[in-house]
Amino acid sequence: MTSTPLPGFGLPFRVKLAMFVRMLAVQGSWNYETLLGTGIGFVMEPALRFLPGGVNGPAYRSALARESRYFNAHPYLTGIAVGALTRAELEGVDPARIERFRSALASPLGSVGDRLVWASWLPFCSVVALCVFGAGGSALAVVGTFLLLYNAGHFLLRAWGLHVGLARGLNVASALGNPVLRQGPQYIGSATALVAGVALPIALQRVVGPGRALVGGIVVAALVGLLILARLRERAEGWRIALGVLAVFVLYSILT
Amino acid sequence: MSFLEVLPIALLGALLGLDVVTFPQAMIARPIVSSTLAGAFIGHPESGLLIGVVLELIALDTLPFGASRYPEWGSAGVVGGALFAAEAKGLPGALPASMLAALLTASISGSSMVVLRRMIARRLERSRVQIEDGSRDALLSLHLSGMTLDLLRGAIVTTLAMLIFSPLVRAIVATWGSESEYSRAVVVVVAAMVAGGALWKVFHSVRHIIWYFVAGIVIYLATRVIA
Repeated sequence: MTSTPLPGFGLPFRVKLAMFVRMLAVQGSWNYETLLGTGIGFVMEPALRFLPGGVNGPAYRSALARESRYFNAHPYLTGIAVGALTRAELEGVDPARIERFRSALASPLGSVGDRLVWASWLPFCSVVALCVFGAGGSALAVVGTFLLLYNAGHFLLRAWGLHVGLARGLNVASALGNPVLRQGPQYIGSATALVAGVALPIALQRVVGPGRALVGGIVVAALVGLLILARLRERAEGWRIALGVLAVFVLYSILT
Repeated sequence: MSFLEVLPIALLGALLGLDVVTFPQAMIARPIVSSTLAGAFIGHPESGLLIGVVLELIALDTLPFGASRYPEWGSAGVVGGALFAAEAKGLPGALPASMLAALLTASISGSSMVVLRRMIARRLERSRVQIEDGSRDALLSLHLSGMTLDLLRGAIVTTLAMLIFSPLVRAIVATWGSESEYSRAVVVVVAAMVAGGALWKVFHSVRHIIWYFVAGIVIYLATRVIA
């Protein structure tokens, strides 16, 4: 690997590709001390080799140490931070300024990503897949729909983040004002509710199976349970309730 | 199931457990995928899909926000899918018993992720001086060993869960006393209320959300009338 500084700014495609692939494993050393920090250092490492002196130079070592400290963000949006920090390091920006930028960027990247991906895009893709299942889709159709749809958004977001980070450097904050990041959760939430209105009944109908009795009872019991859970919100964990109900039911069924 | 029979399932559980957080987070760990893949391993992808759908409805309640503790669905989905697909079709206790096994696995596997993160933190503490000195080798070692440990974690959880729950589910199914309709109904009610509650929890702040949901229900009813 060359240690020659790049003229202006521009990384070879293979280095950007290496960073992108490493970004898929950015949480490989996630821990309660530095959270994503060491992962950020891991992702940036191929680009930092271009610093004066190469992998044995003091610039490389101090940059790698600095970028491996505490950091937190949504994993899919780490590209924004990685790109911006890489550019700043390669352009020789003052380390104190880089540290301040790192601290300031972490929180928004976490909250924006959580809202857009975990609380919007993932549930949306799930209910679309449930809709395909309810409509009679095969295993391949259901799984294929979910994975293709979800990962189209996933990989685009990661690639966009890295691109915009590298392109704008420390001026990347404006990218967080992108309409997709700001308004996306609202629109995706509405779409999820609409699709869920179709998907939940047809998916549950297929699970119950044709010609089954008790459909009326199922609907009433589910609605009552839903209302209780909706009122409890964060105070109740639905999956724990499901675990408890199933444990009691299994016990009852083997004792009778 | 013998250890040799469990081994391919354990490898699948390891790979899908890795996807939850470590690599590549492409959501192949979601139950709708992991259970279906496990079912396909056993030769019944449709059975895997069925339990995967029910588990997916429950998994909507547990989104992987930051450092929060949550059940791990990759290995759990594999365990649930493999157990349900291994039972003969139509046995009334197979779905509830396999789901219970999957939910217990998800809970235990979630705790194993906490243990793993603490282990990585201890390894980091041991190599902190080198990493603070900018050592590439120390950083790569920490990162790659973290990934390997996560892979092993998934394999161990899946193996143990299969070895424990496989005979247990078979015994439960053999002594099952509830009727088929009721067995399926309980599962559906539980999944429906958890999914509905989860979606409300996530989207209640979205404007006019109820009306979008009602519009969806109307579309569903319209398609029923037309059909």
